[in-house]
Amino acid sequence: MIRVVLPYHLRTLARVEGEVQLVVQSPVTVHSVIDALEARYPMLCGTIRDHVTLKRRPFVRFFACKEDLSLEPPDTKLPDAIASGAEPFLIVGAMAGG
Amino acid sequence: MSKIRVLVGTKKGAFILTSDGKRQNWEVAGPHFAGWELYHLKGSPVDPNRIYASQTSGWFGQIIQRSDDGGQTWQTPGSNPGELAGPDGMTKGESNKFVYEGEVGTHKWYDGTQHPWEFKRIWHLEPSLTDPNTAYAGAEDAALFKTTDGGKSWHELSGLRRAKGHLWQPGAGGMAVHTILLDPRDAKRIFVAISAAGAFRTDDGGATWKPINRGLQSKYELPDPDAEVGHCVHRIAMHPSRPGVLFMQKHWDVLRSDNAGELWSEVSGNLPTDFGFPIDVHAHEPETIYVVPIKSDSEHYPLDGKLRVYRSRTGGNEWEALTNGLPQKDCYVNVLRDAMAVDSLQPCGIYFGTTGGQVYASPDSGDTWKPIVRDLPAVLSVEVQTLP
Repeated sequence: MIRVVLPYHLRTLARVEGEVQLVVQSPVTVHSVIDALEARYPMLCGTIRDHVTLKRRPFVRFFACKEDLSLEPPDTKLPDAIASGAEPFLIVGAMAGG
Repeated sequence: MSKIRVLVGTKKGAFILTSDGKRQNWEVAGPHFAGWELYHLKGSPVDPNRIYASQTSGWFGQIIQRSDDGGQTWQTPGSNPGELAGPDGMTKGESNKFVYEGEVGTHKWYDGTQHPWEFKRIWHLEPSLTDPNTAYAGAEDAALFKTTDGGKSWHELSGLRRAKGHLWQPGAGGMAVHTILLDPRDAKRIFVAISAAGAFRTDDGGATWKPINRGLQSKYELPDPDAEVGHCVHRIAMHPSRPGVLFMQKHWDVLRSDNAGELWSEVSGNLPTDFGFPIDVHAHEPETIYVVPIKSDSEHYPLDGKLRVYRSRTGGNEWEALTNGLPQKDCYVNVLRDAMAVDSLQPCGIYFGTTGGQVYASPDSGDTWKPIVRDLPAVLSVEVQTLP
């Protein structure tokens, strides 16, 4: 199971509390995790990445094992600790707004 | 006894205010979607318990919400498992998928160059007059979208952007379709207004559009007196009994058209300032209209710190200040373009919300006012439902 932590507003939108657990086929990448997340919670489509281009929204960031993966190619393989569920994959609303 | 439901969109959530027909005692429910910007909520005229809402965020983009029980519970249309299955068996979340049709195209940018259209948010939702599953959505960057499946999916009526869209240029508030008026006598006729582009009309259900801005004067912002587009229309309004008569609050000037927008004439008359945002029409008196004069385009608050609604019973030109119950000193709020509405009771009720978080109601056509609530987040929109 992959563990995903959503930002507060996406948790309320998806009506979940705490972490989300997803089954993701190998290889586990940012792209495949979000695919699985959107399939399970369709209301999140378009809120993390663009519907058409699949580009990350500007004020959303991805973290795994204390590393900021936001600028990595979305098909980059995630660390083993994420794939094994030892560590959560974090989707974060960036600090912005002044 | 009739019941009134006021749908309030704010910078930090939605609120629903309800009262009986006396409109004296109110219940306040909310915030719904706390922390999100709610640009607009509007109920279906044929199924008032169906309400569409535009929920947006600078972080997470556009969300469309729908309630089928008068705002008690909400869902993002089409997001329930099995409700809308794609070819691979997966549910598709497309209720917030607003994609410009065909070639995205470009519009005029601040420096005079061309700039590609970029979807930002939905400013206004207008449910169909006849079908609760059909609604229109006015977008920034300016475009009109339509759903026929209750908000599960949207497609653009791209003919609007072919009405000289390459010449449209955003103003300081962006470039959005903020007003959508459906003609109750002609299902194929729709009016829209776009900030910094003007007013437009279709007579064929949205396939083709024409600018309807003749007679508008914007001599400082738009030196060309014959410019077909580029006028900063803040709001247009109609009375359903006379869909060919339109009223307009422009950036400066209040105007009317008696021929469905073919020609406009100024009716600012004795207004203390003719800058403002909302304009609305009395439910039972098609020549009675309301505006909220704002000092200027540089100072978005009432003149002299006095919050005054102005009413004309003559379709413009002759205006009276309505002040009873409204703050008459030290008031420096604004009233945004979508933040005024009327009910259809006798006498007609008038409602407006302010950027200071007050929602005022008048149960007597504007003669007296009371705040329903005083301390909401900044109010973006107000709609009213008159329920049996």
